[in-house]
Amino acid sequence: MSEDVAIIGIGIHPFGRHDSTGMEQGAHAAREALKDAGCEWSDVQYAFGGSSAAGNADTMVSTLGLTGLPFINVANGCATGGSSLISAYNALNAGAADIVMAIGFDKHPKGAFDPDPAAFGLGQWYGDTGLMLTTQFFGMKIQRYMHQYGISPSTLAKVAVKNFDNGSKNPNAWRRKPMTEEEVLNSLMLSNPLTQYMFCSPGEGGVALVLARGEVAKKFTKKPVFLRSAVLRSRPFGSFEVFNSWLSPDRGDSPSVGAAAAAFKMAGMGPDDIDIAQLQDTESGAEIMHMAETGFCKDGEQEDMIQSGETRLDGRLPINTDGGCLANGEPIGASGLRQVYESALQLRGDAGDHQVPKKIRTAFTHVYGAPGISACTVLSN
Amino acid sequence: MTTQVPVAPELFTWPSDEPQLIGTHFPESGVTVFPQAKACPRTASQNGERVLLPRRGKLWSWTIQGFLPKSPPYAGPETPATFKPYGVGYIQLGDQVIVESRLTTANPDELKIGMEMELVIIPFNKDADGNEVVTYAFAPVKK
Repeated sequence: MSEDVAIIGIGIHPFGRHDSTGMEQGAHAAREALKDAGCEWSDVQYAFGGSSAAGNADTMVSTLGLTGLPFINVANGCATGGSSLISAYNALNAGAADIVMAIGFDKHPKGAFDPDPAAFGLGQWYGDTGLMLTTQFFGMKIQRYMHQYGISPSTLAKVAVKNFDNGSKNPNAWRRKPMTEEEVLNSLMLSNPLTQYMFCSPGEGGVALVLARGEVAKKFTKKPVFLRSAVLRSRPFGSFEVFNSWLSPDRGDSPSVGAAAAAFKMAGMGPDDIDIAQLQDTESGAEIMHMAETGFCKDGEQEDMIQSGETRLDGRLPINTDGGCLANGEPIGASGLRQVYESALQLRGDAGDHQVPKKIRTAFTHVYGAPGISACTVLSN
Repeated sequence: MTTQVPVAPELFTWPSDEPQLIGTHFPESGVTVFPQAKACPRTASQNGERVLLPRRGKLWSWTIQGFLPKSPPYAGPETPATFKPYGVGYIQLGDQVIVESRLTTANPDELKIGMEMELVIIPFNKDADGNEVVTYAFAPVKK
């Protein structure tokens, strides 16, 4: 097993709504990560970072220090954080640097995203006629999945209840109020079968990670967390994605299937070896479908797993231990790195009130987003 | 009489008593896409042929758009006060292609996966010249 890349420092700016700019939240996370690693910005030899709506990450050298380091801006939609991390991983493995930082941050206006059809290769008519909403895609994907595999509305609600419960124990989460299944089910129906509290909201936050080559890591920390794999995949033919005006009747896999399988293969592990998982929960149905797409169960098994509490903090396979996107919101550039931050925190045993009670040594992360991309990592002590 | 203009001329045959969606069929891969496209997403072949799609199909999945979408990109005439939820779905047209569409009903009780649906052209908005802008939608087939 490769121990070539280690996370030696983690930093976060609390998620939610703040007066500061997204860039300032990213810089705050960077300073926290440096402090956690016990190193200086001048020790960082390469940086990768990005946001979707809060500016060019490399601008923050003006507040972190003009050291002349190479800093590459990454813009890859919902996989921006994951792509920064993969770039950092590759730079370290390539021997281009010994210490690298990956930074993700964002700040979005209230309400659903309002993307430009042309930016996604679609005609203006698609946006004009009210089809360009990510919420519709999630509604229709889980609608069909529930029909095919017998997932109940109660199970949809239980995912949200679990994630808000985890968020209530996480001081960096946005939504910290636990909610009952009835409250989730009876909230406003936004996109049938998904209600308001089953959806995450666009938000704000920042995360930074300091990564180092394995042999360098030991100089900085006694508790390195190793990044065993980091993989990104775009969509294969036949997948079902946001903003598809048509689908092939010849159905294929989601990009999450390929990304997860490749991440497990690269790490030399399988889903059974994983102790905790952070899976993209843009809405509660997404978490359910991603459980199967990433290989943690077969289609339809989620109904019993979730009803019996297997994915809760004290369950067999805790999922979204920090509250996920539902409790943290979705600052696009930051979400992928938040999952890795949370995994490292848990693996170090530093998660406080939301630390899983069982002893763990492996973790898995998964992001998914428009226009059909997925990034996965496997981490371990 | 008001002139009806399609929201985009390439989407469906109009005017027509029996309008059809217009796609591109790629004979080498058998893939059909909607709307028309230059390259096949499976083989990258550029040998596509314009094809008129079946007017009837089966509901593959659906949702109800429950809130007024942000504008832009949405160009509907509604205000928060006048907005009414609308249905959106995917309709499988034979074994050719599954197309995304607005639905004529927003009542969840009237929508079942697998039910028979038919293409209709519906008024959507008015343009600057006072023409009625129309778009395509699918309606449940009345038994």
